[in-house]
Parts: sequence; C-alpha cells; structure tokens
Amino acid sequence: MNEKTGSSEQQLEMAEYQELINTVRPRHTYLKNAILAFLVGGSICLIGQFILQIYTVQGLEQQQAQAATSATMVFLGAFLTGIGVYDQIGKYGGAGSIVPITGFANSIVAPAMEARREGFVFGIGARMFTIAGPVLVYGFLISALIGISYFLLR
Amino acid sequence: MGQKLGRQSFRFNKPPVIAAAANIVGPMEGEGPLAAQFDWILDDILFGEPTWERAESKMLRESAKLALRKINWQPREIDFFLAGDLLDQIISANFAARGLEVPFLGLFGACSTFSEAIMVGSMLIDGGFAARVLVASGSHHNTVERQFRFPIEQGVQRPPYAQWTVTGSGALALADQGEGPVVTMGTAGKVVDLGISDPNNMGAAMAPAAADTLISHFQDTGTAPEDYDLILTGDLGTVGSEALKELMRMRGYLLEGNYRDCGMLIYDLARQDVHAGGSGCGCSSVVFTGSILNQLREGRCRKVLLASTGALLSPTSSQQGETIPGIAHAVVVEG
Repeated sequence: MNEKTGSSEQQLEMAEYQELINTVRPRHTYLKNAILAFLVGGSICLIGQFILQIYTVQGLEQQQAQAATSATMVFLGAFLTGIGVYDQIGKYGGAGSIVPITGFANSIVAPAMEARREGFVFGIGARMFTIAGPVLVYGFLISALIGISYFLLR
Repeated sequence: MGQKLGRQSFRFNKPPVIAAAANIVGPMEGEGPLAAQFDWILDDILFGEPTWERAESKMLRESAKLALRKINWQPREIDFFLAGDLLDQIISANFAARGLEVPFLGLFGACSTFSEAIMVGSMLIDGGFAARVLVASGSHHNTVERQFRFPIEQGVQRPPYAQWTVTGSGALALADQGEGPVVTMGTAGKVVDLGISDPNNMGAAMAPAAADTLISHFQDTGTAPEDYDLILTGDLGTVGSEALKELMRMRGYLLEGNYRDCGMLIYDLARQDVHAGGSGCGCSSVVFTGSILNQLREGRCRKVLLASTGALLSPTSSQQGETIPGIAHAVVVEG
C-alpha cells in the first residue's frame, strides 16, 4: 500500500507517528557541530595558507603558488584518507572537513579505495566519482552559465 | 502438525529443539558488554579474506559449521539450511551454502531474517518435512555501509539517531528431538509502513512493524507482555524502542522491565561510538545465540519472545523517495 493512495485516516496516523518520532529522536547538536566545523575547517585553511606562504617565499608567482597549494592540499587529503585518518577528522569536523579541497580529495579516494576490489574499469574507474561526480557536474554547469552570462552582459 | 492461532500465529505441536548454537563477531562487538557470550571474536575485520563480502560469507559459513561441530552433526545429516543477509541477492548466504552441500532455502527479511529463519525452520520440522534444520543470519558493518550508505573512509558525520551495523553471524541447529530450549510458537509479520523515509532512522521505520507483530501475537495466542520473562526486539535502537513502547502503550500494552532490544544490548551505548545502537542481520542472531540462549539454558529465563525487525529498503527505493516499510517476525522460545 502506498501512502500517496492511502486513506485520510492512514495519513493522519502517519502524521501522528512522525510527530512521535520527532519527540523521541535525539537532536542534532547544531552549536557544537558549528563550532567544531569552524575549528577544523579553519585549521585546514590555516595549513593551506601556511603552505601558500612557503611556496611564495620560495619564489613562485602568486598564481603558480596557489595552484601548487591546491595540489598539495589535495595530496594531503588523499593521503590522510588512504591511511584511514580523514574519516575520523570528518566525524568531528563535519562540514569543516567536507567543504575544503581536502574533503573533495577524500570523496574521490574513499570510494576508489573500496572499489579497487571490483577491478580497475568497473571498480575504480566507474565508482571513483560517485560522491564527487555531482559536485563536478553542477560545478561545470554553473561555471558555464556564469561564463555565458559574463559574455552577454560584458 | 502445528496449530494455527488467529490470523498470523501458530503453535508447534511438537516444539522443535534448539540443539546447538554458535556465533562469530567482529572486533568491535568483542569489545562490547556481551563479549564473554560469543564463541569467536575476530581480531581482523576481513577474517583473512581479500574482501569484506567474502568475510561476511565466511562468518555465516563458519558459524553454521561451528554449531554443527558442537553436537557432532555432519552437513549431510541436515535436511535444510535456511540463511540470509543484507547484501544484494543475499550473496553471503548463497556463497556460504555453496560449500556446505545441504538443501538450501535463502531468506530475505532484512534484519528480521533470523527470527524468520527460526520460524520457517520450526515449521519444516513440526510439519514433518525435516528432522534437522540449520538456520543462520549475519551481517558485516563495512559491506552494509558501502551498499546502503557511504564508503567507509568517507569523512561524513552520522546523525545522532543512526545505528551501527553489527559485524557478526549467529547460527542455530534445530532438531525434532533432543535436549535444549524449544520453539513453541511463532507469529509471521505483516509489512507495515508509517511513512518514515529517512534511511538513517531505521529504528523509527521498523517500530510500527514490531508493534503490529507483537500485538498480533498477544491477540492470536491469548498471551500478554507479562507472560514473558523477556520480550526482545531485533534492532530498533534507542529511537525505535521508545517509539515501540509508545505505540504499544497507545494500544493498551505496556512494555516495561521485561523488554529489551538486541541493538541496545550488544554495544555499550555510552562508551562505544554507535549512536542509537546496533542493527543488521547479525544483531539479533549473535545476541540471541549468545547471551539469551545461555540465560534460557541456565534457567535464568524461561520464556522469551524474540521479534527480529527488518527495514525493507534498498538504496534505489530511498533515492526515489519511497518510504521505508518494516517487518517483524516473532518466535517464542522456552527453556
């Protein structure tokens, strides 16, 4: 039986049950999550800034130093995923460790690590972007839309 | 031959005997409060296999073989092997049966598979179709996470009401005669859906099915909650258990001191990072074949109502916005 075709009595029962669940379900600890996300996300950015400084001091151009920093952060995210640390950071950091580029690396390496047992083609190749894929697709879409808007409005 | 009671229940005329039981659990379950009640605690979550899926299947097979070894039964003496798990096409159970060479019936009731298997196995014996039946169900945290949720190494936060899939497998050997606790009654559950669609909140999705089965059981058999030393649900966790108690109270049944949930027994909820408790096909099977059966054998407990609970979702159904139907099957085991 589908709730969409259910009687109004059933829908009432479902609404009452949802209400009951809302009272017994533990709350998300939003404040704690926000503070931890700020601290973890901030720390990751601080490390990135530190690496950027080093590259700049070593004589890289601003743009080159930024690209090199991104590459280094991606490597760190991937490496920490590989040795089983990044999921622990993510457990506490939440959005703070998902949003930075290290989180992007994590979301590609984590499924790839699991899928290696299904082989290189249908395993790693096909599944690597199951989590990061949507980010890429909509990232490309939005950048194309902005590019077109810029071209038209310029 | 058994006797049908009411709409969904039945009493076995010659109650099948639980001749032996065995279980295997993962490292985390081995750190929980029931550690001493398990036969075999793995220190390697891969169980020496190249993949988690193979490890899960091996747990099922080895727990079944261990139950047989305890009473010196050979696989060729078994009339039926009934088993199930949570993976697509129940591969763990199918592959476990591959090596046993025993007539095999694969079952899928999600996490309700264990009580479903005991119920069907008892029917086969009481119906005269079998003298010896082996039942088993198991799950592996990592296989279930990757099938239903996120990759293990993905840095995600689990909501506080999420449950932790148990790594473990439990098996029972049922016989038409012998010594041991007996399966006296059963109640087959209906699929019930009260519209929960959050796949992280499976206890809430399953609680209405548990309430439906328990109430049907009490009505059909003319028993009441206080007739049991222990009423045990499979894996409702903290949220589902509270919801069940409330649903039962609204219908005039009080679940109090004699009510427990396997998902809350298997882990130390304060110390182990499992949020609302354990879940999975292995949850009720390892708790029942360990601690509960020991209590029955030692006479600390005489009459147990076990209702394993299953959430009948798939990753596809969740993504398509379907709500999560639940099911619960109940069996009565008496010491």
